[in-house]
Amino acid sequence: MFDTLALASLPPEDEALRPAIRELVARAVADMPVDRRARSWQGFDAAFSRRLGQAGFLGLNLPKRYGGQERGPFARFVVVEELLSAGAPVAGHWIADRQSAPLICNYGTEAQRAFYIPRICKGEALFCIGMSEPGSGSDLASVRTRAEKTATGWLLNGQKIWTTNSLHSDYMIALLRTSGKPEDRHAGLSQLIVDLRLPGVTIRPIVDLTGDAHFAEVFFENVELADDALIGREGEGWKQVTAELAFERSGPERIYSSVVLLDAWVRHLRETGRADDATLAMVGGFTARLATLRAMSIACTARLALGESPVVEASLVKDLGTHFEQELPVAIGDDLAGHPDEPASTELYRTLLYVTQVAPSFSLRGGTREILRGIIARGLGLR
Amino acid sequence: MDSNELLEPFERMLETISSPAQVRAVEQGASAASLWDELVQSGFLDALVPESAGGAGLALADVEPLWRALGRHAVPVPVAETMAARFLLAEAGVDAPQGPIAFAAARPGQDAIVPFGLVAEHVLVDLGDGMVLASVASGQAEPTGVAGSLAARMRWDRVPDGPGPPAPEHGLRPMAAVLRAAAMAGAAARLLDMTTAYANERVQFGKPIGRQQALQQNLAVMAEDTVACRLAAQLGCAGGVVPTLAAAATAKSVTSASAARIAATAHAVHGAIGVSEEYDLQLYTRRLHEWRLADGSESYWNRLLGRARLASGDSSVDWVRAQVFA
Ligand SMILES: Cc1cc2nc3c(=O)[nH]c(=O)nc-3n(C[C@H](O)[C@H](O)[C@H](O)COP(=O)(O)OP(=O)(O)OC[C@H]3O[C@@H](n4cnc5c(N)ncnc54)[C@H](O)[C@@H]3O)c2cc1C
Repeated sequence: MFDTLALASLPPEDEALRPAIRELVARAVADMPVDRRARSWQGFDAAFSRRLGQAGFLGLNLPKRYGGQERGPFARFVVVEELLSAGAPVAGHWIADRQSAPLICNYGTEAQRAFYIPRICKGEALFCIGMSEPGSGSDLASVRTRAEKTATGWLLNGQKIWTTNSLHSDYMIALLRTSGKPEDRHAGLSQLIVDLRLPGVTIRPIVDLTGDAHFAEVFFENVELADDALIGREGEGWKQVTAELAFERSGPERIYSSVVLLDAWVRHLRETGRADDATLAMVGGFTARLATLRAMSIACTARLALGESPVVEASLVKDLGTHFEQELPVAIGDDLAGHPDEPASTELYRTLLYVTQVAPSFSLRGGTREILRGIIARGLGLR
Repeated sequence: MDSNELLEPFERMLETISSPAQVRAVEQGASAASLWDELVQSGFLDALVPESAGGAGLALADVEPLWRALGRHAVPVPVAETMAARFLLAEAGVDAPQGPIAFAAARPGQDAIVPFGLVAEHVLVDLGDGMVLASVASGQAEPTGVAGSLAARMRWDRVPDGPGPPAPEHGLRPMAAVLRAAAMAGAAARLLDMTTAYANERVQFGKPIGRQQALQQNLAVMAEDTVACRLAAQLGCAGGVVPTLAAAATAKSVTSASAARIAATAHAVHGAIGVSEEYDLQLYTRRLHEWRLADGSESYWNRLLGRARLASGDSSVDWVRAQVFA
């Protein structure tokens, strides 16, 4: 079962991107304490995102005529791996590069592609994803926020929530009800691009338990959108979102959220010279799992590179990967505090507690564990 | 060669020579001689042997799907070991014997558990400071007393007689670990197939138990573990015929750690029928547990891997890229 997920390797021409991206990243993180680097996904640095764009590290999968690099998903794998391994601040361009640009490229009009994608590739148009609502989390098809057709375009009313990076974004791609009622489920949903500077849009940050404010509530009150805000076809939103989620769930980001902590801990072990059997087994166990997850993630990327939408496979890698990401802080916490007479630096302690506290989000964002397992069960023919 | 061209005839052969009834018969003491003759005649035993020495000269990565198939069919003879041994013997210019060859790590005077020791004719013994190809008769081989097990407890009181091909750099264990990892990935895949099929058939409370969300969630995790086993085994077999320590450690660590979970879910979903002797599930779960312990468990390989990892100042990602994916 799932035999298509098989060992694949990164093409040498994409591997060749490493030195250049590594140099750029090293400069960006040089002065950052480890706990800031551990925030990678949440780290917003617009200037860094623009530098990545200028250097050709955004839009790696996109056609050259829109400012992309036409290199395919493996190139993005290499770049993302370098960014996350070093804990670079990726929040600025993250969603636009991973999801919004491919979505616009696949389903948008020629005018939309020509308008948005070149700016995304330069790191200049920042996007967020408006799927969740207060009443629609796992049950995404129940969204109530509506866009009504008007003579000149669309009239938008309702509310989104948990919208990562909406505070810093230029645009939201929102999943909205454009016809029918919430009870109609998948029918009548569409995706629209919302310029977040339009009148009637209010964004209220939500502070999380670590003190960060990376996501927010977004309110729409009679927001007027032009005709061309619609991406793809009216009523096809569900199909489009499903394909988009395969991009969201398949990447190396689903295995590397705790890797900055892992490396900080390994450095600590090297500095203290602790190498008893239990410690070695812990390091080795994490290493073996990291390697295997990486192989699974590359295998998933290989399906994307073939133009497939590996929805089930991506769910499988994401669930196993976030499990690993969540186990790391728990085990490292036990290890460090299990050696109370071997002091760890305050920076490592801060990093540990930051990752420990934020770790529950790893298996929530992008679809919860239970929902992903439901998708896998469908893939197994059980539903 | 296309991997299916290789795998399909091999699978067809295993289906005829290693049915559950035949596996049970060998486990209960029947001779495996006719089964072995088929394997010898098939030519697959020399798959890794260089063409110049009359083999097929395949890479480990080509053979890995065959090793997985051995696990999927619970083949009751040491086929993967014999393939690997024939390669090592050919490299050393030693003629391979006809019979099945098991792998052992043993010191004179010490007991060792040898997978397939009860059905092998020869044992490639890794003595720590060299290898010897010995006949099983040269040592004392005792059944372990574990029901249905084909492993033997073996002991040589002195260095056995036989040709002594040079041992690979880290001894036989990395090779043993990757062939075992592949067999475990195969057994795991069989268990996933059996368990999902059963969940779709078995009706309780008026609907198939597979419609229950709790079971779906557990089966989804089983699928994740099973796919992780396959990828780990493939990583272990991606290099030359003799795997690196890091690749072997990754393969065996992940398959061994997953094995217990996979077997547990398979049994839980099957309820009582799964633990009965007459139902085939146990052929595969028993093997998973035995193979988890064979050639070093997850913590054995984790310690080796951890030591190697800590010896380097690289980041984790760079380290696995350079050492495991090399
Ligand atoms: C850090 C972070 C960033 C996020 N960023 C974004 C973003 O940018 N854009 C966006 O749109 N959303 C975002 N989200 C929201 C995220 O997608 C949702 O949190 C997620 O889909 C779950 O929805 P919920 O929080 O409403 O939980 P609920 O749907 O209420 O679920 C609560 C619990 O019930 C379980 N559950 C629900 N239904 C079922 C079922 N049928 N079977 C079994 N179990 C079930 C869930 O698995 C979960 O354990 C973000 C979330 C986090 C934590």
